[in-house]
Amino acid sequence: MRLLAAFLVGLLTCAPVLAADGNAERGEEIYTRCKACHALEQNRVGPRHCGLFGRKAGSVPNYQYSAAMKKYGVTWNEETLDKFIENPLKTVPGTKMGYAGVKDPQERADLIAYLKKATSDPKICD
Amino acid sequence: MTIVKLDPLPACGKRRTFLSGFTLSATAIALLAGNEKLGLVGSASAQTANNDVTILNSALGAEQQAIAAYQLGAESGLLQKPVKDLAVQFQGHHKAHADALAKAVAKLGGKPVVPMKDYHFPKEKLKSQNDVLTFAASLEKGAVSAYLGAVPILTDKDLAKAAASILGDEAMHWAVLRNALGQNPVPDAFVS
Repeated sequence: MRLLAAFLVGLLTCAPVLAADGNAERGEEIYTRCKACHALEQNRVGPRHCGLFGRKAGSVPNYQYSAAMKKYGVTWNEETLDKFIENPLKTVPGTKMGYAGVKDPQERADLIAYLKKATSDPKICD
Repeated sequence: MTIVKLDPLPACGKRRTFLSGFTLSATAIALLAGNEKLGLVGSASAQTANNDVTILNSALGAEQQAIAAYQLGAESGLLQKPVKDLAVQFQGHHKAHADALAKAVAKLGGKPVVPMKDYHFPKEKLKSQNDVLTFAASLEKGAVSAYLGAVPILTDKDLAKAAASILGDEAMHWAVLRNALGQNPVPDAFVS
């Protein structure tokens, strides 16, 4: 409720929104939005997410990336993921990820917190 | 993890104009229905058409994956007769979506993505009917979200309307699967 209130105040005043700490538990629920295309362990329509942090964009073996993503050149971390997830098509024009993005900074922080935890979990990612 | 970032709201001076200056076709619904007589009029810019192709191809890839997943479920031997019939029916819907999306991509001058040879589904974890339904429900939920993420950024409003129509179908699948699993079929007032 407080988040909603903060969002509405920001909307009315055009004030900047300060993203808070990510919550991995909430992020796991947000990750369900990704599952039509992505899985942690395996490449599907989108590349696997295991090992995501510290990986160069466009580098998962046996996944057919767009030329744009191969050229993107960043290493995935909290900041680069935050930018990409917010608006994939704007951040990497030509990406295959035809999705509007996660617009809420708090939701992105939660999602990234979950990804950071899950994609390095040895029980999931061997 | 801490992300401290000052993000001005998109609404502040950056209101998007999804529909400005863009006329794609007599009706994209006809495109998605495969009506050959109602082609593109060619007034769309290359970039906006490219974005729509990207978005439709993403949806097509997800539909092809869903078709493969329901095939796996139908052939698993784990589904009882009425549930198996339902799975085959839902698979038929996804085939119809995929067919329409592929035609729309081609009409826009794009190349429809082809199904993957192997989706690496977690077969070892599917040991019961409930496991199959849970997996299918996760894909349907993801599909709802994928279309929800596609509708606002499709430049052509008729394509957006058609995508919203598919979203409704995916949401019904998700609700029915949740109901079959004994879960609240409609857990929230809004999908995300």
